[in-house]
Amino acid sequence: MDYFVILLLQIGSAIASLVLLSIGLAVIFGMMRVINLAHGEFLMLGGYAAITAYNHGVNLWLAMMLVAPLTVGIFGAVVERLVIRHLYGRLIDTMLATWGLSLAMIGFVTVVFGNTVSGISAPLGSLSIGAYRTGAYEIFLIGIAALLLVVGWLVLRFTRHGLISRGTMQNPAMAAALGTNPSAVYAATFAVGSALSGLAGGLLAPLSGVVPTIGSAYIAKAFITVISGGAAILSGTAIASTLLGAINTLATFAFTSVLGEVALLVAAVVLLRLLPQGITGRFFRRAL
Amino acid sequence: MINRRKLFRSAAAGAATLATGPFVIRDLHAQDVMKIAGIHDTSGGLDIYGKQMVATLDLAVNEVNDSGGLLGRKIQLINYDPQSNIQLYTQYATEAATKDKVAVVHGGITSASREAIRPLLKRFNTLYFYNTLYEGGVCDRNIFCTGSTPAQTVEKLVPYVQKKWGKKVYTIAADYNYGQITAKWVKKYAQDNGGEVVQTDFFPLDVTDFGPTVKKIQAAKPDLVMSALVGAAHISFYRQWAAAGMNKQIPLASTTFGNEIVITSPEEHNGYIVAFGYLEGIDTPANKKFVEIVHGKYAIPHMTELATMTYHGLHLWADAVKKAGSLDRMKVIEALEAGASYDGPAGKTTIDAKTHHDILDVYIGEARDKKFVVLEKFPQQQPADTQAVCDLKKNPNENKQYVIDVKT
Repeated sequence: MDYFVILLLQIGSAIASLVLLSIGLAVIFGMMRVINLAHGEFLMLGGYAAITAYNHGVNLWLAMMLVAPLTVGIFGAVVERLVIRHLYGRLIDTMLATWGLSLAMIGFVTVVFGNTVSGISAPLGSLSIGAYRTGAYEIFLIGIAALLLVVGWLVLRFTRHGLISRGTMQNPAMAAALGTNPSAVYAATFAVGSALSGLAGGLLAPLSGVVPTIGSAYIAKAFITVISGGAAILSGTAIASTLLGAINTLATFAFTSVLGEVALLVAAVVLLRLLPQGITGRFFRRAL
Repeated sequence: MINRRKLFRSAAAGAATLATGPFVIRDLHAQDVMKIAGIHDTSGGLDIYGKQMVATLDLAVNEVNDSGGLLGRKIQLINYDPQSNIQLYTQYATEAATKDKVAVVHGGITSASREAIRPLLKRFNTLYFYNTLYEGGVCDRNIFCTGSTPAQTVEKLVPYVQKKWGKKVYTIAADYNYGQITAKWVKKYAQDNGGEVVQTDFFPLDVTDFGPTVKKIQAAKPDLVMSALVGAAHISFYRQWAAAGMNKQIPLASTTFGNEIVITSPEEHNGYIVAFGYLEGIDTPANKKFVEIVHGKYAIPHMTELATMTYHGLHLWADAVKKAGSLDRMKVIEALEAGASYDGPAGKTTIDAKTHHDILDVYIGEARDKKFVVLEKFPQQQPADTQAVCDLKKNPNENKQYVIDVKT
């Protein structure tokens, strides 16, 4: 029984980490159709922001949940203003530009922090479930991921900002004709997406530590989740994370962590073969 | 007082030093110096090891030079930084052997980098010292391997922790030849000692998520965990293990937990038991002096076996050159084979003529508050694994790395 609970918790934490990894990318890609190849480095920057702030005496929770998203959000706004804005609608050019940005960020962070691992210990200690022990922080992350999805849904569904961004997403020209300013919406969206990535990077730092090149460990999973999820930002991410996270964890428990990764990739390939538009391209099409 | 001319002169000298790179001494005349090369990664993922190896190599070279040099000449150390990139290893080894015509090359950190330059240096008749602990089995008369191998460390570590904690072992190891071979040795020694390995899991070097593993280990209920995890990403295992409170529940021993002690916190690593050919906590005057210099002058926070054996390696070579009275490669090799020995911070290390590996002292230590405390010392351990497959006395022309067949 306790083994079953611990298995469920592990699946939950795998899903939560996929949600956190991909939510920022989903917002930027889903709303703006901009493929941000520097997404992994945005996460990395969030991790460094949190760790640096913490090492300078900032409270750990503030460092992870405020400093990290703010830093990366502001960075994202600057990047949008200087680079992305000039490349809207030019998919290949944005990919190239953000790829260059990712290399520059890795280089810059390496120069500043050195090519070594930095890290902080996970807070909250541990708790026991029957004969097993698990980190309380993992459970906290599950809660945060769920909270992000719910808040995101509430904002998109019930607020004026949500309405405007949904309108701009569906038809930018019509939204502009009705008096919105698409470029302001895009700028805000990019900053919010970046801030979400920063938050995720900060929250994941205590578990995995950060190195300048850690983005490459994140970005593949983030893209696979977003593409498998399809057009709907929140429900797509949630469903794809649930499916892939569960498959990954079950295969890891049954075999090894290598086969867990293989199972995740195979599942994504099969899924995209059957549903080329992603899960929400076929089902839940009216979801957010 | 600084006038303009003096300022100009020192600026020019500074520029010249910059242009030739750090550590290169150019003000000596060519006939007064003998060149040697160090090839260590001081940037990229392995820099944490490379930097301290360069520091100890520099220290040893300075010591030899200060005591009058070798054969009446000063040693000039040329350091190459291959940036954790194997291609640059072959490029720099070729450059060192052909352009600089160095007397000896010290270097290589991973086994992959060693196997990239070992055949090359043999072809160019350039003597090679590899000073890293590794999986064993290299059989080549042109190379001297001064680091420890699993038969020296794992053989002592496994029975020690089994006696202390119990017989059931769960092994987690890095997924490349070092981890695979070490895991086999762990299994062999665990069984020889009347115990068992309940499960062995391998992890590619970029894995950072160990959540499922932490739970799988709990489900298997071992008496102890044996870790041969390697590199930056795998440090997250120790963090996640401690975050789940498991470091207080199931004890852990490791053949690789070295510099990780600097990055993890005492709450995360206290109580881990390791075995190496060198530990910073060795309580001898020679080691205390060594550690003081390296911490102070070179600002290296923590010394590992790799860097200390680099220091031993350079001294072993220098003593052999003195004994041979020549830089001739064969004469130096023969001097080293004649039981060359150096007593230094790691204790006494002696070259085994049959295998060109080190007979060395093995130390079992416990991590306590960012330091390793020596629990037990096993003096003069033979490299029994390589000895089982390699005999350079009988077959001096051998040139390969044996994959040692571990019978379990």
